[in-house]
Amino acid sequence: MNKEQRNANYNIYVESKVPKTKAWPSLFKAFLIGGIICAIGQGLFDLYGFLFPNLAESELTTCMLMTIIFITCFLTGLGVYDVVGAWGGAGSVIPITGFSNSISSPSIEFKKEGVIYGICVKMFTIAGPVIVCGVVGSIICGFIGLFI
Amino acid sequence: MQTIKFKNKTYLMEGYSIVGPLEGKGPLKDYFDYILIDDTLKEKSFEKAERKLLQKIVRGVIDKSGLNVGDINFMFGGDLLNQIVSSSYTARELELPFIGLYSACATMAEALALAGIFVDNNLCEYSLATTCTHFSSAERQYRFPLELGNQRPPTAQWTITGGGATIVSNIPTNVRLVSVTFGKVIDFGVGDVNNMGAAMAPAACDTIEEHLKNMGRKSNDYDFIATGDLGKLGSEILIDLMENDGIILGKNYQDCGCMMYDKTQRVFMGGSGAGCSASIFNSYILSKLKKGEFKRVLLVSTGALMSTTTSQQGDTIPSIAHAVEFEYVPTNKKQHSTKVDFGKKGRTKINNKSILENNNINSKALNKAKTKLSAAEVKNGN
Amino acid sequence: MAINIWDYVISFLVGGFICFLAQILVIRTKITTARILVLFLIIGMVLEVFNVYAPFKEFAKAGASVPIIGFGAGLARGAIMATKEYGILGIFTGGLSASAGGIAMAIFASFIFALIFSSKSKRGGH
Repeated sequence: MNKEQRNANYNIYVESKVPKTKAWPSLFKAFLIGGIICAIGQGLFDLYGFLFPNLAESELTTCMLMTIIFITCFLTGLGVYDVVGAWGGAGSVIPITGFSNSISSPSIEFKKEGVIYGICVKMFTIAGPVIVCGVVGSIICGFIGLFI
Repeated sequence: MQTIKFKNKTYLMEGYSIVGPLEGKGPLKDYFDYILIDDTLKEKSFEKAERKLLQKIVRGVIDKSGLNVGDINFMFGGDLLNQIVSSSYTARELELPFIGLYSACATMAEALALAGIFVDNNLCEYSLATTCTHFSSAERQYRFPLELGNQRPPTAQWTITGGGATIVSNIPTNVRLVSVTFGKVIDFGVGDVNNMGAAMAPAACDTIEEHLKNMGRKSNDYDFIATGDLGKLGSEILIDLMENDGIILGKNYQDCGCMMYDKTQRVFMGGSGAGCSASIFNSYILSKLKKGEFKRVLLVSTGALMSTTTSQQGDTIPSIAHAVEFEYVPTNKKQHSTKVDFGKKGRTKINNKSILENNNINSKALNKAKTKLSAAEVKNGN
Repeated sequence: MAINIWDYVISFLVGGFICFLAQILVIRTKITTARILVLFLIIGMVLEVFNVYAPFKEFAKAGASVPIIGFGAGLARGAIMATKEYGILGIFTGGLSASAGGIAMAIFASFIFALIFSSKSKRGGH
């Protein structure tokens, strides 16, 4: 038996040994956490609508997102958000809180390497792809916008 | 031949172990010498904390055995951080001749084996084998920032905070080093860094089989066979692999990663890290060996030899396992007399102070070194 | 301004459902945090380009704008609107200026809290 075949067989065997976790509890948790975060967002949106009746809807949305981002960074600093994340899985990643947490967690983690080489350099180690894809994608969308 | 047999005169003098707060709540908590309350050890970063932890471990074992730091001829050690900095910096602080090793989580067995070989061949009197890991520094180097809210897959393992050190010498004690087997690097094509147990099991299997063959023993000749950090899944795979080759691992087989935590602690497949086998060997296994409850023990530390770069580039995980065999030597008259001899010879000072207050040892060594230095300067001046 | 309970219910349900779909992906494919964020960001952009996002948001409220889909849609909408207004220059300036608030706040808050807080050691997974 050659090595490739042996490795392939072994990987199939390992896959069969990996314990199958129950998917439903984690799906439910993701649903719950994600739903709660969105409902909080709606609450903030209504609050800002009440406080600043002159603002347009898109501006209110921006205010609401900025508040959520700020709160998430604070919770990350307190060491609370990773517990939410470990419990809620994708429920904490997909809302804008996940983006915020992925920027603040490396900057807090690497601050021991200094402000420049720690916080500033490492800030985008995880969220970098989001910004890059976001910018590149928006430019592509802009080109599409030329033709529609 | 991969196996080296010792010539009947290499003994384990003393072992010492420290673990972190989480591990200190596990089922083996009564066996560890010291349990940290605060795993930052009042240091500014986790890397500094790991360094201090290793220093405490090495000082602890030297104190426990009643030696002075200067008595140790060689320190064999390594850890998981890049460029094995924790061990090097510890050797700097203690001013010990240092032989740095890296076999990932198999470092303890490798260090013990080499320390034994040095003593066995009369290259030195006392050699010290040590390693440790820290969860937070390993996490930051190998995985994600601590505060990132990510979910670990069920096959993940939990790097332990803790470590151990052993002093090997030719002074007879109850525990003798019998033989060591250095393993081959084995890769069965597992690429998932969150499933290291499956990647390392074939290496452990190969090394154990080689050891049994070369020593002419069966698996039930051992009272205890311990693998380093295969975890729950990895040890199940190992049992299957061995069974395929006709060797049955029975109740005498356990995995250190599984022994470290109890079922209520949420650590997925169990503990991992170089400190895992180091701390359990130097606490639980060694104390049982000393009492004679285990007559013959095989310690097989397993290590996954990948880096973050290789795994990002899609390479699979090569693994290694080293085996070290120990046996219990019942105390008899002859050995007793040698012990007395030894007492006359050199073990004059027995330091019972706690490891926290042993700065004076270092300062003594420092003073010694300073006087030596000034003497040398005077010579040069003349 | 009256608070409409239905807004909250629909935000909760739709937001939760998007996370539910993402969790299925996580379980099936072991996808990492960065990849899943990028994937949903692109989904948001595609929805915006095909003019599906605006009615969807009208229906789902915060359930559409809080998930990263909303962030992606915002980037795409900004670029398309600016292109229509300023031409070629808008292609490059539109996306980032539309999402400047969120990115600026993420960077600023992370920087400030990184100066204040340190990461803490963990006591077991969840």
